[in-house]
Amino acid sequence: MAVPKLEQLSKSVVQGPSLATGAIPTRDWMDIPVVFKEGNYAYPAKKDKVEYLNSQKGLHFPNARVWSPEDDDWKLPENWKEIILSGLKERLEKFRSLKIFMDCCVRCGACADKCHFFLGTGDPKNMPVLRAELLRSVYRNDFTLAGKIMGKMAGAREMTVGVLKEWFMYSYQCTECRRCSVFCPYGIDTAEVTMMLRELLHLVGIGINWILEPASNSNRTGNHMGLQPHTFKDNVDFLADDVENLTGIKINHTFNRKGAEVLFITPSADVFAEPGLYTAMGYLLMFEAIGLDYTWSTYASEGGNFGLFTNNETMKKLNAKMYAEAKRLGVKYIIGGECGHMWRVLHQYMDTMNGPADFLEVPVSPITGTVFNNAASTKMIHISEFTADLIKHGKLKLDKSRNSHVKATYHDSCNPARAMGLMDEPRFILDHVVDWVEMPENTIREQTFCCGSGTGLNTDEIMELRMRSGLPRANAVKYVQEKKGVNMLSCVCAIDRATLTSLMNYWNPDVRVCGVSELVGNALVIDGETRGDLEDGLRTML
Amino acid sequence: MKYAFSFLAVITLIVIAGLGSQVQGMQYLFGVALPYLAILVFAGGFIYRVVQWAKSPVPFSIQTTCGQAASLDFIKQSRLECPNTTAEVVARMILEIFTFRSLFRNTKSEIHDGPKITYESSKWLWVFSLMFHYSFLLIILRHMRLFLNPAPFWMDWIEFGDGIFQFGAPNVYITDATILIGLVYLFGRRITNRHVRYISLINDFFPLVLIFGIAVTGILMRYFLRTDIDIVTIKRLAVGLVTFSPVIGTKIGAIFYIHLFLVSTLLVYFPFSKLMHLGGVFLSPTRNMKNDCRAVRHINPWNDPEIKPHSYAGYEDDFREFMVEAGIPVDKELPAEKG
Repeated sequence: MAVPKLEQLSKSVVQGPSLATGAIPTRDWMDIPVVFKEGNYAYPAKKDKVEYLNSQKGLHFPNARVWSPEDDDWKLPENWKEIILSGLKERLEKFRSLKIFMDCCVRCGACADKCHFFLGTGDPKNMPVLRAELLRSVYRNDFTLAGKIMGKMAGAREMTVGVLKEWFMYSYQCTECRRCSVFCPYGIDTAEVTMMLRELLHLVGIGINWILEPASNSNRTGNHMGLQPHTFKDNVDFLADDVENLTGIKINHTFNRKGAEVLFITPSADVFAEPGLYTAMGYLLMFEAIGLDYTWSTYASEGGNFGLFTNNETMKKLNAKMYAEAKRLGVKYIIGGECGHMWRVLHQYMDTMNGPADFLEVPVSPITGTVFNNAASTKMIHISEFTADLIKHGKLKLDKSRNSHVKATYHDSCNPARAMGLMDEPRFILDHVVDWVEMPENTIREQTFCCGSGTGLNTDEIMELRMRSGLPRANAVKYVQEKKGVNMLSCVCAIDRATLTSLMNYWNPDVRVCGVSELVGNALVIDGETRGDLEDGLRTML
Repeated sequence: MKYAFSFLAVITLIVIAGLGSQVQGMQYLFGVALPYLAILVFAGGFIYRVVQWAKSPVPFSIQTTCGQAASLDFIKQSRLECPNTTAEVVARMILEIFTFRSLFRNTKSEIHDGPKITYESSKWLWVFSLMFHYSFLLIILRHMRLFLNPAPFWMDWIEFGDGIFQFGAPNVYITDATILIGLVYLFGRRITNRHVRYISLINDFFPLVLIFGIAVTGILMRYFLRTDIDIVTIKRLAVGLVTFSPVIGTKIGAIFYIHLFLVSTLLVYFPFSKLMHLGGVFLSPTRNMKNDCRAVRHINPWNDPEIKPHSYAGYEDDFREFMVEAGIPVDKELPAEKG
């Protein structure tokens, strides 16, 4: 479906009758059914992808079939309701967060206008509180005394196909960005609710292709794009050649090398697509500059983990490759590239799911001797932590003027900001490599706005939704573009690099998007280099 | 309609207690039996709910980090917003529970032509919520005078502070006014704030109206219907209740029984409602966990060791030829070519 013209959408988000702009729907939300039409849903997962995942040990993706959200009949298994309710019961027993979040909400509404999907669409069911009520209403009906006795009066409702369809609609209009959880007085995290909804939907064979295809690719080939080992290597080699052509520095990178000190893992998008490519070139250049003894892996060639957007079993299985590969290669520790959701998995889930990594050592920077005690157990550090430490110790020679074509701002990616607390390391780096400014305070750090397309929603068939949900972010960029002349939006997330590019092209066409490591690469001064004046840094066309 | 129903429900409760307590012999029901039952249900229900929560594990470390984490020594950690020690978590929880820290962050966003989205600080909810909750707490503490004999020393401080304005006879308590103001605000915004209006359930209006009823009947007793009330008889009943030897005096008016019946209703309603946020806020994993999950391994009791990655050996089997050709090291060489 075509994306509406800029003027049209600009008017629509302000004047369209929606709860965000002032119109209160006359009907109770429970009485408003969802309507699927081309453009408002992401395409269902292909049957063979679901079957492949279901065939993998430890994974459970039953009821693969061909179906369409637009059809009345979703061809659900006969006992779908029983599957959903017993699935919910099981999850209530497994996750305290779910129980607490179902029970404690007082509907104070503090979260309502914090959600980028709500701000962009004005759809009441995109208020985090109502998104949670979609599940909570069913929870009340079947799992609480008040709901069983009082029924609808207590906000309970029976699980129906209509409710299931609603779950599908709105659990895929949430990017699990956790902004609402910052403002909730009880810390209720809609990401937890969305995760549970998506897990439950997978039990009855409902999922989207943009998530399950990368997940199955990642399982087999090691990365989302499905790049086979030789192709992955070719891509990195190609980038190394580019770096050499631009700077005269020969890159000595290796793949699957046993005995390397460090295993480096980054989202495969960095070696595959613009503008991530330039970020990857930044990594290559910096590692070369300091002579790091490291290796890439083609087997663990994906930092990202679409299992996080699917269910915890898939997340665990995909993530397990990292430690398995680190062990096989006998490295000391792992450095992870710039990625948002990848770092949520690494920081909050990896050690729990696939640790303890007792075959690795506490990360120590071979250049500065800094011991990364904050990663003493996971043994995996973020490239920004590693780089900031190098800069602090004066181990990188940087020439800020090499980024004089750039006036940057910095987008905190949701997960590093709200699920990790990585905020000042990238800022420290930026201070040393580029002239940059902050966006308004309600849109950065823990209050940062999502790109609008995270959690596997960066698919083209829902482009209007993405442009709407990305509006709060785009709007903040526009502010610094107009007031401060910003022309580059930097970030530490591979999904951002792709999705913010579309978002900027739509809302703020003169702002480009880059990774922080690209700006580092631009500014690096390396002995023996023969680089001329690269007017567009690593992006300069020769 | 939802709020109308809540009023209707509370009015019904008032009528039941008002009339019921005047029937000979029913004073015992409203003054002794129901309060005992209510306390039992409240205590039992509250404990049950907390135990039910605690029974489910916290499989993953899912703290919401609202500030810079502890990392490199030259990066300043935000210790209260992103704690990584127990003491810091306790401090964060104290801020959350006693000062409603997260609500303090509240902003109001608006979309203007352009489009242009603005965010402005919006602290009214925070102000009135604090006002309501602290008033309620102080009122409950003040009521302890009825149950404790002799009254503890801190009682005088609370009553002195609460009545510091020293006007009216009897001396007007500030909290009697502020709890009503808080309630009216919380109720009013459910009607006037379009987001909240659309999401509000009977479950949201009923407790507000019920507590409003309790506050109003209490105020009526203290300031306006004093002739109906003999405080000595009430204290004797209250002390009797806590010492399990309740005595129903004759000089207690209906207004007291209405007040007590509404309180009993609140106690019974409490454990089965959203009011359990009182307990839940302590257990919320996004707030009460340390952000140290890369430094210390968090254990998931149901972690399934059988979920293993697609193996490297399987991967190499799939792609060995390509790998060898591309010069990528392999664990197992290609079979020697025949012939």
